[in-house]
Amino acid sequence: MIAQYGAAQQASNEGLRGMEQIGEYRIPAERQAVWRALNDPAMLKCCIDGCMSMERRGAGEFAAVVKARVGPLHATFNAVLRLADLRPPEGYSIHIEAKGGPVGVGKGRAEVTLEADGGVTVLRYKASAEVGGRLAQVGSRLIDGAARNMAERFFAAFKAKMSTGTGRLAVDGGA
Amino acid sequence: MTEATGIGAAVKRREDLRFITGAGTYTDDLNQPGQAYAVFLRSPYARAKVGAVDGSEALAVDGVLAVYTGQDTSADGLGDLPCGWLVKSKDGSDMVSAPHPPLAVTQVNYVGEPYGLVVGETLAVARRGAELVNTEFIELPPVAVLGGAARADPIHEGLAGNLAFDWELGDQAATDAALAGAAHVTALEFANNRLIPNALEPRAALAQYDAVSGEYVLRTTSQNPHLERLVLSAFVQIGPEHKLRVIAPDVGGGFGSKIFIYAEETAALWAAAKVGRPIKWTAERSESFLSDVHARDHLTRAELGLDADGKFVGLRVRTTANLGAYLSTFASAVPTFLYGTLLSGQYRTPNIHVQVQGVYTNTAPVDAYRGAGRPEAAYVVERLVETAARELGLDPAQLRRRNFIQPQDFPYQTPVALVYDTGNYQAGLDRALELADYPGFPARRAASERAGKRRGIGLSCYIEACGLAPSQLAISLGAGVGLYESGEVRVNPTGSVTVFTGAHSHGQGHETTFAQVVSDQLGVPFDSVEVVHGDTGRVEFGLGTYGSRSLAVGGSALVKASEKVIAKGRRIAAHLMQTTPDNVAFQDGAYRSGNQQKTIQEVAFAAYVPADYPEDLEPGLSEKAFYDPKNFTYPAGTHIAEVEVDTQTGAIELVNFVAVDDFGRIINPMIVDGQVHGGIAQGVGQALLEHGVYDEQGQLQNGSYMDYCLPRADDLPSFLTDLTATPCDHNPLGVKGCGEAGAIGAPAAVVNAVTDALGVRDIAMPVTSERAWRALQGVAGEGV
Repeated sequence: MIAQYGAAQQASNEGLRGMEQIGEYRIPAERQAVWRALNDPAMLKCCIDGCMSMERRGAGEFAAVVKARVGPLHATFNAVLRLADLRPPEGYSIHIEAKGGPVGVGKGRAEVTLEADGGVTVLRYKASAEVGGRLAQVGSRLIDGAARNMAERFFAAFKAKMSTGTGRLAVDGGA
Repeated sequence: MTEATGIGAAVKRREDLRFITGAGTYTDDLNQPGQAYAVFLRSPYARAKVGAVDGSEALAVDGVLAVYTGQDTSADGLGDLPCGWLVKSKDGSDMVSAPHPPLAVTQVNYVGEPYGLVVGETLAVARRGAELVNTEFIELPPVAVLGGAARADPIHEGLAGNLAFDWELGDQAATDAALAGAAHVTALEFANNRLIPNALEPRAALAQYDAVSGEYVLRTTSQNPHLERLVLSAFVQIGPEHKLRVIAPDVGGGFGSKIFIYAEETAALWAAAKVGRPIKWTAERSESFLSDVHARDHLTRAELGLDADGKFVGLRVRTTANLGAYLSTFASAVPTFLYGTLLSGQYRTPNIHVQVQGVYTNTAPVDAYRGAGRPEAAYVVERLVETAARELGLDPAQLRRRNFIQPQDFPYQTPVALVYDTGNYQAGLDRALELADYPGFPARRAASERAGKRRGIGLSCYIEACGLAPSQLAISLGAGVGLYESGEVRVNPTGSVTVFTGAHSHGQGHETTFAQVVSDQLGVPFDSVEVVHGDTGRVEFGLGTYGSRSLAVGGSALVKASEKVIAKGRRIAAHLMQTTPDNVAFQDGAYRSGNQQKTIQEVAFAAYVPADYPEDLEPGLSEKAFYDPKNFTYPAGTHIAEVEVDTQTGAIELVNFVAVDDFGRIINPMIVDGQVHGGIAQGVGQALLEHGVYDEQGQLQNGSYMDYCLPRADDLPSFLTDLTATPCDHNPLGVKGCGEAGAIGAPAAVVNAVTDALGVRDIAMPVTSERAWRALQGVAGEGV
């Protein structure tokens, strides 16, 4: 889950909700290739830490099973990813709803934009998340760091895969 | 013997031997052959419609025995969890008690609300099953912020403004007039912060059902097993009362949170019959944070009017009380009858009017917790009085003296329903000022300033109403039941004594105190008296332990039962000594007539082996009594806190705390001191550390010990405690109750000291170092 979440201490203050996390990566690949990879469930699967499966369920919708850990909590999340605002190859937004059973629930949203810069593609993202249940109760002050970690690891893995050649080859090799 | 163990002796608690050697028997220590384990399915949302609950994957797990939901309990006709006190709004209408099914059926209304349970052969299997239950929720916008509840959509169908009741007490017109004519009015607006009780032992249940006999047995962490049985049979209708036994074995602390009839214990008992296996459930700490009832959580505006002489002329209080998503067992009584009635404090305030709006929010239910309404009342009164003194440039102690109800004023009728029986408030204040070295404070403050610190001192002269509750008064105020207590004194054939009390002990030391009382009454050795409590199968009836009532009400029942035993024994002794009962005196365990004497042990033997026995008398020497108090008792006292604040960091150190309390007559001063210490620690916790925080989405933000800050030994100084005594004049022991005083008096004393140190008019509880630092720096923002 890509998340930025007010820590427990901040929650009593008004106006601190909805803080967003942003990031930028320079990926040494053509924008079209990056776009294709971002829509490839196999690619997404091997870039999401702990992702057990990723299946396309329909146009722009994927079902994933992800094992994740936030502080003392670890659970298997059943997540649904929906792609929206598709602007090939400029970007999209991705909506995630994850259910972790007794551990709670998470909802996330990320806007991804791709910009060609010579042979390099600049990927920018803006993400936010909310958590509920025990994740909020026990982990709310850890969510910030955990989410940043997950996002950074995702995009770092994505960039690494893309850097080894085309995304497709890397994925095929790893799948 | 009697000198060392009787009334007034600091007898060491006999129960402590098993507690400190790990030999206590708590619910989770108990097991039944073939027992299964329950794990509850809890809502991750503050408010949502519950759609399909798919348990098929869970049921496919080897060892998962059942998945039940609110649909199942509802289909079985399980009744709602009731609120026992009816409160009427000022327009005369009844409060709105929203239906509270044990397991949510169609809608969940707070994070952590149970909507189902998974039963498995082992705890691990049940947990695995719970992970695999797939539930559809349709999220609804929650009402999580107390201040906005009135304007939000109704949580419960048809509930305008989320208002459960709009209650008032006192004369509004007279109070308004008094304030309008006052020479000075001090007004404050503040929150009484939400607290989350944390008993050492979490809630637990071991539930079983015998299909042959049709008997249910529930072993659970209850402060009042008889009340639990009554509600489970009469309201929830799990089974008939005579087929239902509730046992509360050793219970590791309650503080109120284990009074209530909860969903989990109820559902576990029902499920035990469904699966035909004993079921154990023990809350994890994080479940406790979500699903134990919470406490306090008021928003209040209060105004105190004074005349030119500094005499109080009127007090007007407007409070919004958070009740959470449902009305818990006593929830309606806490912010009304146990709050508004205490606003007279220790003072002759002639006009008082209080209005309390109880509102529903999508948060855990809120109910009684150590003090229950009285800490909130004491905070209102004592913060106002201290602030008024500062505004008028008067010594806060002097202003209080000027307004105290005087010893000759008792019995004193307050303008808010209660009649105080006895008290001497001046005596408590004087002793506390002496112990706190009040005159030496300016020098200590100067010394702190030289060390770069700010020092402050704060008083709190609290009063409370204990000994819940006189039936007539309670029922006239809307209680579903009168809060008397029962007791039985059984003198065994060999002269030892077994005492049965309806007041459960979960840290209060009843097994010691009640034995002191009965051994003193009967003149038998302390060690020959055993106290039995907490089992509906052994004790006839009881209404439980809360509101500092056990000794005043339960102890009084035992005095009555002892008197009946002595009276019957007198007739037996008279027969044995061949005289009439009128000629027999009882003292120190023996009946005497002339130079003849029969010990109570000899009389007991004769009662069970009635060879030489009065013809018109039944054998046996065992008597029961119910005691229904005539009035509340009114413990009161003065607490004084002294703090030092580090001007660089805002860190607050509580450097001294004095508590002088009037609990009436004392049975065991060591136990009383322990109760006072524990209460003060919890009161300081509220003032400086504790705060249960929900975000706007109704998610509990600090539901673990990483984020919820409980007081620890190093947060507290060594307390200076002392007692004054004006015995209660309407119960046979003259006792008043001591269990809650610390938590009632301490918050205002500490905040009065902190505001004095910081030189600010008000500051929000809990006063964290950040809040203190912001105040020192003049930095805007609430802080946390």
